[in-house]
Formats: sequence, structure tokens, C-alpha cells
Amino acid sequence: MSTKLWSTSYYVLAGSLAVLFLFPLIWTGYASVAPHGATNQQDGYGFGNYASLLEYDAGLLQYLWNSTFVSVLTVAFTLALSIAGGYAFARFTFRGKDTLFLLTLAILMVPYSTLLIPLYSMLGDIGLRDSLIGLSLVLTLYQLPFAVFMMRISFEAVPKEIEESAMCDGAGTFGVLTRIMLFAVWPGLITVGLFSFLAAWNDFIAPLILVSSADKAVLPVAIANLRQQSMGAVDFGATQAGVVVMALPCLVLFALLQRHYVRGFMSGAIKG
Amino acid sequence: MRHSRKLAGALYAAPVAVFVLVFFVAPLLLVGRMSASDWPLLAGDRGINLPQNYEGIADNPLFWPAVGFTLKYTGIVVVILIGLSLLLAVIVADNRRGSGFFRSAYFLPTTLGLASASLLFFGFYSPAIGPLDPLLEWVGLEPVSWLGTPNAALWSTVALIVWKFAGFFMIILLVGLQAIPPDVYEAARLDGANRWQSFWHVTVPLLRPALGLVLILSVTGSLLAFDQFFILTKGGPDNSTVTVVQLIYREAFQRFDLGAAAAISVVVLAALLVLNIVQFRALRRDA
Repeated sequence: MSTKLWSTSYYVLAGSLAVLFLFPLIWTGYASVAPHGATNQQDGYGFGNYASLLEYDAGLLQYLWNSTFVSVLTVAFTLALSIAGGYAFARFTFRGKDTLFLLTLAILMVPYSTLLIPLYSMLGDIGLRDSLIGLSLVLTLYQLPFAVFMMRISFEAVPKEIEESAMCDGAGTFGVLTRIMLFAVWPGLITVGLFSFLAAWNDFIAPLILVSSADKAVLPVAIANLRQQSMGAVDFGATQAGVVVMALPCLVLFALLQRHYVRGFMSGAIKG
Repeated sequence: MRHSRKLAGALYAAPVAVFVLVFFVAPLLLVGRMSASDWPLLAGDRGINLPQNYEGIADNPLFWPAVGFTLKYTGIVVVILIGLSLLLAVIVADNRRGSGFFRSAYFLPTTLGLASASLLFFGFYSPAIGPLDPLLEWVGLEPVSWLGTPNAALWSTVALIVWKFAGFFMIILLVGLQAIPPDVYEAARLDGANRWQSFWHVTVPLLRPALGLVLILSVTGSLLAFDQFFILTKGGPDNSTVTVVQLIYREAFQRFDLGAAAAISVVVLAALLVLNIVQFRALRRDA
């Protein structure tokens, strides 16, 4: 009897918590298509709120493009730096190796806002302020500790024999990297790529500070601004449609790459 | 051969080294210099302004309230987040039918960005479109102004943050739970411990490293809170929910004083370094 009671209370507790966690997500999807006063979806269900997003200011497509461009560029920068760096830290000895590795991890210790103030001024000096490339470089900086750490342990986990046999066949270190090592570390590459994409796609404070032109805004900043305009009245319907547009890629990536999420968190746990 | 391998290693590390120097070390030095200079947003560097920038911090009427609010918010968030994510981890670690579904359900909010989640709850709490007031009326209660008073705004933001991050910390604790060998529980059961006793005296102590990581991440994250307050409460009502990072943003981009903003940034950095060292030391000693 006691196990049955235990089992029932387990499902009541777990189930009601699941309802609490899912309810806001389901609500935002519903609210983005449901009819409401003071939105572009007056009668019946439909995509009027999405239509008003398409026409808002520079247009949804422009913001989607900006966000995608920044995210893809951040992933590319992060992967390039962490592949070369991870390979160097895992397989070579050179002067200043430990210092450089610790310095890279130390980025985690410095608050975002502390660096954004001087970066705002520096990027202005080198002509990269109000530029999506400059923004990607700054976003890459914050991915670097996790990415370099992850790629270092990925390269270290590859057996040395594979590399040595290729060396005997006359391959240089670069040939070994591109023809053998990259295939051996692809789960690490996917994890690093996934995390840097999501971080860049969702970041708010860096684009808010570093990018000021309306037509260069990324999605989170554009949707947050949309909310403050339109003559003081907030278009809640369009806001929730914007939330859905921002959330969809994240949910799809989660569905496709669930395993890599957990892998990323586990390496986080090792790090601590 | 050895020599050329050293050179190759240095070459592979060079991009990271250059990047870290340009985008991390240089800004860190620059923020120090800015904090000692008169540096308006548009005019740029106009010479030394020491120690006025630092003296000005204490005179800023928003500084101490912001520090107090940030600490209060951090305390509340950390306690609730750790308690709830531990409960969630224990629920999904149980190998029953449906535990995989529960794990995904609790984790899904984590996949959203913080800004998206804040915008979602901005609508969720609004009287215009939010579902909460109709629900309250349905059960016969008065509608609530979810962001209208300082206390309501604080707790509404806490709810948003707990919703968004509990699944993330659940996964870290779950990994820790799964690392505990089953025979420890068996031994506790043979010694006559019930479920509660074995939870408090076996699970929690063995979970210490994972709990420590969750503690450090949630403390640091809450102390640096920005997006949620910038979007959800805009620091209001009456500046009651202004956090320290929001204050830095206001000094720099609304009062156009980068010197003052840099000075607060340096203070925050120093405080955070001290706090992290203390936390690491405390966890090391316990372990």
C-alpha cells in the first residue's frame, strides 16, 4: 500500500510541476495567434501578429538575418579559435602554455558589464562599433573559456597511436589535424557549436550596448524595442509572436541535439 | 624535430593568444584607466579624474539601494533555485515511467534566451493579455498588479528566473546524483535509515561538489542580473528594482559618464573576485 501511495504522490507532484513549467511556453504560442484587442489579430485565430512583425520598422526578415549572421559568425570564430587552441593545449608544449590557458579561463571571472564599457570605446577606435562583425567578436570572447576547455579535453581523449601512425606516413601536424583529429573530436565540435550558437542568438546586453543602428538590431533587442514604441501602447500580440520566433530555433536544436546539451553540462560539472 | 614541434604548438596557440590579448587583457587595462579618468561618452578621454570617479560612487543616490536590492534578490533566488532544482533532480533521477518526459518538461524553459523569457513574462504578467488575472477571477479572487509594487515586481522576477534556470541546475545535480554508487544507499538501508534519513545523510553530503557548482553559478548570475530587470520591470516601480549592472548601464548610456561607469565596474569586479575566492576556499575546505 505504501508504495502505491508513494507512486501516486510522485506523479501528482511531478505532474503539477510539469504543468507549471510548460504553461508559460504553451501560453505564449497560444497568445501569438489568439484574437486580442489592440493587436493585429482582432477576429478569430490567425497570424496577424506575425504579419505586423514582418512590417515592423526594418522588418522581421532583416532582424532574423542580423541574428543569424551574428550567430553563424560567432560559431565560426569560436570553432576556429578553439580547434587551433585546443589542439595546441592538448598535444604540444610551448612557452607560456599554462599561463595562456589560465588566462583564457579567467575570462569567466570577469563580469560581462565590466568588459563592455571599455570594449565599447575600443571598438569605436578600430571602426567595429555598431557593426555585426564587432559584435560577433565580443560574443566569441565569452564563448572562449568553455570552447577552449571543451576542445582541449576532446583532443586529449583521442589515443596518441592514431596520430603517430599518421606521422609515420609522413603527415605534418596540420595534416593530422584536418585529416584525422577533426573526425575524432566531432562530438565536442557539435557541443561547442551548439552552445555558442544559442549564446549568440539569445544575447541581449552586448548588442544593446554595441549596436545602435535600428537596421542592424538583432532579434532580442528589436523585439524589446518594439514593445516600447507604438505611441506608448504596447503591442502584446506582436511581442509574443516575437518570443515564438526567437524560441523556435532553440527548441528545434534542443529536440535534435538533446544528448549534446547534457554532455555540455557534464563538462561544466567537471570544470567546477 | 623537438624544436619545430614547439614552434608548431606556439603557432596553433597564437590565434587564441592574440584574441585574448586584444579582447580581454587590453579592455581590462582600459577599464582601469577609464575608471581613473574624466571620460564622457562622446568626448572621450579628458584626463585624470582621480579619485573623483570612485568618491562619486558612494554619493550616487542609487548606489546603496542598488547594492541592497541586488543582494536581497540574490539571496532569494539562490535559496529557491537550489531547493527547487534539487527537488526536480530527485524527481527525474527516479527511474519510473514518464521521468524522461518530466526531465524534458523541466528543461525546456532553459533553451529560451533570458531576454526572450523576460519578454514572454512581460506579456504573461500584463493585465492586457496575461492569463493570470482571468484565472484569479475564475476562482473568485481579485486581479493582482504583478509588476506594480516593489515587492510584487521582485517576486514576479524571481518566479521568471526560477522558471528559466531550475532545469539547467537540475541537470547539473542530476549528473551528481547519478555519480553516487547505489551500494551506499543499500548500506544506509541495511543500517535502518528511512528515505528522509538517507537523503539528508547520504545524498546531500555526496552531492556537495555539484551543489557547490550550482551555488557559485547562481550567486554570480544573480549578482550580475540585468536583462530580466531591464526588460520586465525597467528598474521600477520608483527605481526599486535597479540592480548594480543596471546602474553601470545608466551611468554609461543615460548619463553619458563612462568614467563613473568604469569605476563601478572595477568595484564590482573586485567584489566578485573576493567572493569567488571565498566560495572556492570554503568548498575546498569542506571537501
